[in-house]
Amino acid sequence: MSAAFLIEQLLNGVQLGVMLFLMAAGLTLVFGVMGLINLAHGSLYMVGAFFCAWIAGETGSFWLGLGGGFLAAAAAGALVEILVIRRLYARDHLDQVLATFALILIFSELARWVFGDRPLYLDVPAVLSGAVPLPGGGGYPAYRLAIIAVGLATAVGLYLLIAKTRLGMQIRAGESDREMIGALGVDIRTLYTAVFALGAALAGLAGGLVGALQSVQVGMGEPVLILAFVVIIIGGIGSVKGALIGAVLVGVTDTLGRVFLPQLFGLFLPPSEATSVGASLAAMAIYLLMAGVLAFRPKGLFPVDA
Amino acid sequence: MGPNFSRESVVNAVLAVLLLAAPLTAAALDEPFYVALASRVAILALAGVGLNLALGTGGMVSFGHAAFFGLGGYVAGIAALHAFEGSAFLVWPVAIGGSESMPVVWLAALVASGVVALAIGAVSLRTSGVYFIMITLAFAQMIYYFAVSLPTYGGEDGLSIYLRSTLPLIDSGDPLSFFLVCYALLLLALFLTQRLVDSRFGAALQCARMNPERLATLGIAPYPVKLTAFTLSAMATGLAGALFAELNGFVSPAMLSWQRSGEIIVFVILGGVGRLFGPLAGAALFILLEAFVGGWTDRWQLVLGLVLLAVVLFARGGVIGLLAGKARHD
Amino acid sequence: MIDTGSEPLLKLEGLHKAFGALKATDGVDLTVLPGEIHALIGPNGAGKSTLIAEIAGGLAPDAGRVALLGQDVTGWPVARRARLGLGRSFQVSSLAMEFSVLRNVMLAVQARETGARGFWSPVRRDERLRSEALGVLDRVRLVSRAGDPVSALSHGERRLLEVALALALRPRVLLLDEPMAGLGPEGTRELTAFLATLKREAGMLLVEHDMDAVFALADRISVLVYGRIIASGTAAEIRASAAVRDAYLGDRPC
Repeated sequence: MSAAFLIEQLLNGVQLGVMLFLMAAGLTLVFGVMGLINLAHGSLYMVGAFFCAWIAGETGSFWLGLGGGFLAAAAAGALVEILVIRRLYARDHLDQVLATFALILIFSELARWVFGDRPLYLDVPAVLSGAVPLPGGGGYPAYRLAIIAVGLATAVGLYLLIAKTRLGMQIRAGESDREMIGALGVDIRTLYTAVFALGAALAGLAGGLVGALQSVQVGMGEPVLILAFVVIIIGGIGSVKGALIGAVLVGVTDTLGRVFLPQLFGLFLPPSEATSVGASLAAMAIYLLMAGVLAFRPKGLFPVDA
Repeated sequence: MGPNFSRESVVNAVLAVLLLAAPLTAAALDEPFYVALASRVAILALAGVGLNLALGTGGMVSFGHAAFFGLGGYVAGIAALHAFEGSAFLVWPVAIGGSESMPVVWLAALVASGVVALAIGAVSLRTSGVYFIMITLAFAQMIYYFAVSLPTYGGEDGLSIYLRSTLPLIDSGDPLSFFLVCYALLLLALFLTQRLVDSRFGAALQCARMNPERLATLGIAPYPVKLTAFTLSAMATGLAGALFAELNGFVSPAMLSWQRSGEIIVFVILGGVGRLFGPLAGAALFILLEAFVGGWTDRWQLVLGLVLLAVVLFARGGVIGLLAGKARHD
Repeated sequence: MIDTGSEPLLKLEGLHKAFGALKATDGVDLTVLPGEIHALIGPNGAGKSTLIAEIAGGLAPDAGRVALLGQDVTGWPVARRARLGLGRSFQVSSLAMEFSVLRNVMLAVQARETGARGFWSPVRRDERLRSEALGVLDRVRLVSRAGDPVSALSHGERRLLEVALALALRPRVLLLDEPMAGLGPEGTRELTAFLATLKREAGMLLVEHDMDAVFALADRISVLVYGRIIASGTAAEIRASAAVRDAYLGDRPC
């Protein structure tokens, strides 16, 4: 096992983490500001992926596709917020779960209707299709490094948005006292739509980026959504910083777990058992991590007491 | 208290009779498909009765009940596999083989779901609100991925059940007889649930849902009450899972999926959350939608989504709410 | 008659609680003796809610000790303290809203008797539970509302129900958080008269803003300002205290 291999796996973990951050940031913001749990977030990821793949396929440009996916997801998010989500803010969490679960069904079927049952494929843009040399030998796909860069840039951008802009100030105020900001004359409805659309756009961006790594198909959003839930539970619901740290933790744990746990068990178990025990534990690793964090910090690592 | 002929009792009785009459008629007309469909309704209703105790009465929004449903299914599948092969499931510390006997399978499903629920509940119930919802979902996912990674029991492809387990005096292979077994278990579960909800424990559980702070101030800690209810609820759902696997002759990780957890919540809500016969009404509606709308268009899930959205936004009481009015708690 | 010689029902020793830089409880010592009504007054922001939470069990103090009936209950959760004998009413009514008035009280009686145990017999048909609950409601003059849902009760009636629930536990100590809040003059008079009759059964820590009720009922009064007790004594002593007047009563002629 070489250093290059270890670095490669670490980078894979960070890349997964950064992608999870894009999903989790939107989820945690929506929960922090509006107190709403949104199961349809995975559908917005899927919308972004589909539009990115479709536009890239029609125009030949990955970048147009990515931009298109980003905007389509934002638009879908805004539309859904105005039509449905708005009515849920005052409801209890069960109603929010049910209504957004209904949205998953609706989005999935609509996607199947429009795009058909076969998966769409998206090619990595030519300029990023090479490999970047790693210390210790070997190369790492440039595209994956680009994803990491985009993710970190988004994290910085979100930080600047929340800490330095007027919108960010409204978001922070909304997180700490929802009733107050209404009284202070902030246009709540527009703020909420904006926050929801922002979360949706980030999810769509993640979907578009991942589309080039895996195929784009109906149902791709939900496994990622559930991972994003694990991320924000670990990070603390409502905290963007928690989402970033939680996401990287989850991404690295999952990736390294899958690679190294079977090898670890191979040290003292026969090979076939080592692979199966190792693979089983690896599949459960992030959930065990989540349970572990909750044992000491029931509200996650950086809870926001809203 | 006056005579027990409230509107809700009448609706409940009608539903129970319809669920019995439909497969009897179908059997008389030699349509075993519809008998099996009725079994499906009864089994899913049982799964929903379990969830309803935790969710409707206890206010615990568990998005991971498929874990117990699937667990029960795998218990049935593993018991059948080992009975078929004559092999052992566990050799150490205690020898456990397969089984062909229904009551043994049921007992194993109840125990397995109960134990796992105790573990999951003990951790999850230290949280509340959205945390609880997401954590139950996460734990169910964990079990799902665990099942997928187990090649011995089929992994992603699942496990076939070649022999339906047996009950003395009954030909469990006969569709109508199997239905009657499921129906009897459903009625038993409904009866036990009714007793439990009406008991002192039930009153404490309902208060734990309505106002846990008040319950604690009266001297009853909410956590043990909720944990007990959660565990009992999982056991009913687990039993349903075992029956489901037997009905289909097949168990796979799909029984553990988040979609399945969502579906169970959906029909509890469609039927009327917290209402005794809600799960039965909801399961029937769900299966009817699946069978009839699904037969007519591939887009039946779209219809389901729209119906669910409409119920959540406009008809929160579900079918029982529409038919029997609001629930009375005095 | 206050029995000053015996063990206090409730004893707070050196309680401290800070939220960041804010000292909500800054070294509080306080006792409630058997047979007495000990009123706790203080301006808004004095830390009364924090102190109540520390006594009832919802909030753990940073330092200090809470003793109930001679036992150190500082680490105990809310339910355990209630079982030991602490009855508590909430400032903002905290009731089982979907239940009727009677079922709320029946739950309280049940809690005292068997807790949550009892998985089979229908609770609504338990005649003994009903009659005892009706007895409690009779004491607070709410029997006529027994079958009504809590949501149909007026504000004043909900305050009475709060007190009834605390009483149903047969407590040794009552922690009453602004029971008069929102009651009109008639309601205040009635509740004041009622609380006076409870002295023999349970010692009371009465947190109140209504000065008439306080001076009518209290055997002792403690004044809480910025988390500290600045004065403690009889009604006459408190009225005469310059420190209290400055901090709280202003220039009101007494």
